[in-house]
Amino acid sequence: MSDDLRPASDHLLEVDHLDVRFFTRRGEAHAVRGISFTIDRGETLGLVGESGSGKSVTSLAILGLIQLPGKITGGDVRWKGRSMLGPVGEKYAHKIRGKEMSVVFQDPMTSLNPLFTIGTQIGEVPRHHLGMNKKQARERTVELLDLVGISNPQQRVDQYPHEFSGGMRQRMLIAMALACEPEMVIADEPTTALDVTIQAQILELLADLQQRLGVAVLLISHDLGVVAQVCHRIAVMYAGKIVETGPAEGVFSHPGHPYAAGLLRSTPRLDVRQARLVGIDGAPPDLINPPTGCPFHPRCELADQRCRDEMPPIDSYDGGREVACWHAFAERVGAEAEA
Amino acid sequence: MSVTVFVVTRMIGDPVDILLPLEATAAERTRFEHQLGFDRPIYVQFGDFISHVARGDFGDSLWQHRPATEIVFEHLPRTFELVIPAMVLMVLLAVPLGVIAALRPGRLLDRFTVVLSLIGLSIPQFWLGLLLIIVFSVEFRLLPPLGLGGVDHLVLPVVTLALPAVGRLAMIVRSSMIDELNQQYVRTARAKGLPYSRVVAVHALRNASVPALTLSGWEFIRALAGYSVIVETVFNWPGIGFLAIQSIDRQDLILLQAIVFFVAVMVVVVNIGVDILYKVIDPRIQMA
Amino acid sequence: MDTDKRGTEITQREEAVQAEQAEELLRGRPYEVLRALRGALRELWGDKAGLFGLLVVLGIVFVAVFAPLLAPHDPAQQDLSKSLLPPFWYGRGSLTYALGTDSLGRDVLSRIIYGTRISMFVAVAVVAVAGVVGTVLGLISGYRGGRTDSIIMGIVDTQIAFPGLLLALIILAVINPSANTVIIVLAINGWMVYARMTRGVVLSVRQTPYVEAAEMVGCKPKRVIFRHILPNLTSPLLTLGVLEFARIILAEAALSFLGLGIQPPQVSWGLMVAQGRDYVFSAWWLVTFPGLAISFTVLGVNLLASWLRVAADPQEREKRFAASISGTAGSVA
Repeated sequence: MSDDLRPASDHLLEVDHLDVRFFTRRGEAHAVRGISFTIDRGETLGLVGESGSGKSVTSLAILGLIQLPGKITGGDVRWKGRSMLGPVGEKYAHKIRGKEMSVVFQDPMTSLNPLFTIGTQIGEVPRHHLGMNKKQARERTVELLDLVGISNPQQRVDQYPHEFSGGMRQRMLIAMALACEPEMVIADEPTTALDVTIQAQILELLADLQQRLGVAVLLISHDLGVVAQVCHRIAVMYAGKIVETGPAEGVFSHPGHPYAAGLLRSTPRLDVRQARLVGIDGAPPDLINPPTGCPFHPRCELADQRCRDEMPPIDSYDGGREVACWHAFAERVGAEAEA
Repeated sequence: MSVTVFVVTRMIGDPVDILLPLEATAAERTRFEHQLGFDRPIYVQFGDFISHVARGDFGDSLWQHRPATEIVFEHLPRTFELVIPAMVLMVLLAVPLGVIAALRPGRLLDRFTVVLSLIGLSIPQFWLGLLLIIVFSVEFRLLPPLGLGGVDHLVLPVVTLALPAVGRLAMIVRSSMIDELNQQYVRTARAKGLPYSRVVAVHALRNASVPALTLSGWEFIRALAGYSVIVETVFNWPGIGFLAIQSIDRQDLILLQAIVFFVAVMVVVVNIGVDILYKVIDPRIQMA
Repeated sequence: MDTDKRGTEITQREEAVQAEQAEELLRGRPYEVLRALRGALRELWGDKAGLFGLLVVLGIVFVAVFAPLLAPHDPAQQDLSKSLLPPFWYGRGSLTYALGTDSLGRDVLSRIIYGTRISMFVAVAVVAVAGVVGTVLGLISGYRGGRTDSIIMGIVDTQIAFPGLLLALIILAVINPSANTVIIVLAINGWMVYARMTRGVVLSVRQTPYVEAAEMVGCKPKRVIFRHILPNLTSPLLTLGVLEFARIILAEAALSFLGLGIQPPQVSWGLMVAQGRDYVFSAWWLVTFPGLAISFTVLGVNLLASWLRVAADPQEREKRFAASISGTAGSVA
C-alpha cells in the first residue's frame, strides 16, 4: 500500500469511487454513492445538484471533515497522488488543509468565530502553516483583505465579525482561504446566503482571483447561473451519483443527461418569453431507500424498464463528455428548442 | 434589596410580639416599641432605616449587645476562607473534566463526569459533609472534623462546598463545549488545518466559557449566601452562615438584617464582576 | 394487454384508498395516546438509567402510600433499653431493628419509611403550588406584555438573583417553622422558573406564523392559550416539574437539618440527620441511612427527569442514536 511506488499523478485532486454513508435512526442514508472525478492545476470544476444530492458531503469528504453520524465507507481521495484516507492519509490531509487546499463555506454569518478579530482569525492560518510571527501575519492579512476588495484593511483587521455585512464576511472567508496561496480552493455555495447584487460581486471576485492566481476551484452550487460564470467544467450530481460531466459550454448547450436537461429547462430566463415556469416532476429520492437502477428514473420522461432495473454506467463521448444514462443525448434542449 | 428585608420583617407578624416574652404588659409593650422606634409612622421608620444603613449602622445586636455591623465583619472573612478556595477548586476540576468529557462522549471520562455530577446533584450537602467527617475524621483519623484551625481544618469544609459545584459546572462546561464543537466556526477552524488542540482550547472553549461563567457566578453567590450556611453549621465554622442560623435561633432580627444586607451587597458586586468578565470575553455584549 | 395492466392498477389504487380510510377511522386521540405511550415505554427500556429512575420514583411513592403496612415499628415508639443499637450485621444488632436505633430507641428503618411520606407530601405540594402560580403568572406576563410583563419579570429576575436559602431564612426567622411553612417558603422560592419558562413558550408560540394569523383573524386569547400554548407547555413543564421535585426534596431536607423545617415529633430525613449528628462518632448509622434515602430518591428523580428531557426532544434522541451506533455509547444527560 506504499504510495511512494505510485508515479505522481498529473491530477491535483482525484476522487476515486468515493462512498459516504450517514447512520441515522431511520436507517442508513447513502449520501455519496461511488463518485469519481478529477481536478487539474488551474482548472475550475463546478459541482451542481439540488439539496440532498450529496455535493456538500463530497466537499467535506475531500477535506476530511466528515464526522459522525457520517462516515467514508469506500473509495479514495488523492491529493497530488497521495491518499488522504486512512491513518497515514489523515495526517497528510491535516497537513495540507488550509495550506495547499482550502475551503470557503456557505454561511458567512456562522462560519466565523464571533469572539476573535478577523485579523486573528485570518492570521492564524499563515502563522500555523508558514510559521509567520504576529507582525508578518498581520501584514499578510492586510494584503489579503486588500486583494479581496475590502477597503481600509489596516483598520478592518482589528474589528470583529459582527461589525461587517454578509458580503464582506464572505470576502473575508475567501481571504482566509487564500492566506497560504493554496493550489485549490473549494467554494461550497459561496453565494447562497447573500443577496443577488452581492452574489454577482463575489462571483466576479472569484473569477478574477482564479485568473490572477491560477488557483484550481471546486465550486459547489445548486445554481446553474453561478456555476456558469466561473467554471470551465461541470459535473452534475443527483442522489449521490455523478450523472454527467463535461466542459461547461458543452453541457449547457447540449446536455446529455435528462436531469441536466431538466435543470437547464427550469432555469427562468429573461431573454425569452415564458408562459409558465417549468420544473422537474417529482421530488429528490429518499437516500435511505434509493430507487433501483438509475436514481432519476421515477422523474424521467424517457425512463423505461432498463432504467428501472440497471444503473447505467458512465459512458464517454466526444469532447470530453461523460454521461451515465441509457438514453443519453435523447433530448435536444437549448436556445433552439425554446423558439 | 433593603426594601425586601424591611418589608418582610415588618409584614409577617408584629416583631414586637416575637421579641417580647408572652407575659409582657401593655405598658412594657409601649415602652419597648418606643425603644425600638416602632411607634413612629412607617415612612419615618423606613427613612431612618435607610439613613442608618447608608452609614453601615444597623443598630446593636439584640443578642450580643454590640453593633451588628461589627459582628458581621468579624465573621465575614471566615466565610471567604471557605468560599474562595472552594470556587478555585471548582474551576480547576470542573473545566478540564467538562472539556475532556465533551471531546470523548460516551467514553470512560465522559461517563465518569456525568455520574459524578449526577451524584453531586443528588446528595444533600450537609450529608456529604458529615460523611466526609465520618470517613476522614472518625474512621481514618486523617483530618480534624470541626472548628477553626490550620489548613487541615480547611480541607473538609472546602471540599464539601466545592464537590457538588464541580459536578454542576462540569456538566455545563461539557454541554456547552458539545454545543460549540457543533458550530460552523469550528468546522472552519478545522478546515484551516489548525491543530485540534487549538480549535478546542482556543476557539470552542472561549465561546463555551460564557455559559460557564454564568454558572460560576451563580455558584459563587450560592456558596457565599446559601450553602455556606449549611457547611458552616456542619463543621461549626464561624462564618456568616453560622452567624445567620444563630441569629435566627436567638431571634436577633437586627443582626439578621445586617447579615442579609451585606450579603445582598456582595451579590450585587459579584454580578457586576461577572458582567465585566462577560464584556472581556465577548465583544458583542453591551453593558446593560 | 395494456388495458389489463391498467385495470389492475386501478383496483390497486382503490384498495389503497380504502385501506387509508379504514386507518383514519381507527385513528383518534385514544389510539394516538396509546401509540405514544408504547413508544415511550420502548424508549425507557432502552435507557436503563431512565428506567431505574422511574422504578425508584414508583418505589418511593409505593413506600409513602403503604408506609404503615411496611414499617416494622411505630416510628415514634421509644424504648430506652434499646437505645443506639447498631444495624443488624453487627454483633449487637438484630433483624428486628434492621438499620439500628437512635438514642431514644426508635427504629431507624421505620422512621425512614415514614419519612418518605413527609418528603413526598411537601415536594408534591410545593411543585403544585409553585407550578400553578408560576405558570399562571408566566401566561399573564407573556400575554399582556408591556408593563405587566416588565413588572413580573423584574420580580422574577430579582428573586432569582438573590440566593433562595437566605430568603427562606429571613422568612423563617419571623414565622415558626412547620411542615406548612416549609411548603410556603419553598413555593415562594420556586415559582420563578415556571414563570420564566411559560413566558418563553408563550412568546415563541405567539410568534409562529399560524398563531399570528389566528390572532389577526380574531381568535380570543383563551382559545389561543388552550389550543396552541398548552400543548407546547406540557412536555417542558413536566420535565421542569420533575427536576424541581428533586430540588425540593433536597431543600426540605436541608431546612429540616437546620432545624427550620419539619419539626419533631414529625419525621423527616433531614431532621433525622440533624438528630444523629451528635452521634457521628459513635453511631454512624443514624446519619448515614437517612442521607442514603435522600440521595437515592433524588438520584432516581434526577435520572427520570434526564430521561424525560431526552425523550421529549427528537433532536436529542437523534444525537444519542448516532453516538450509540457509531461505537461510542450515548451518555445520560
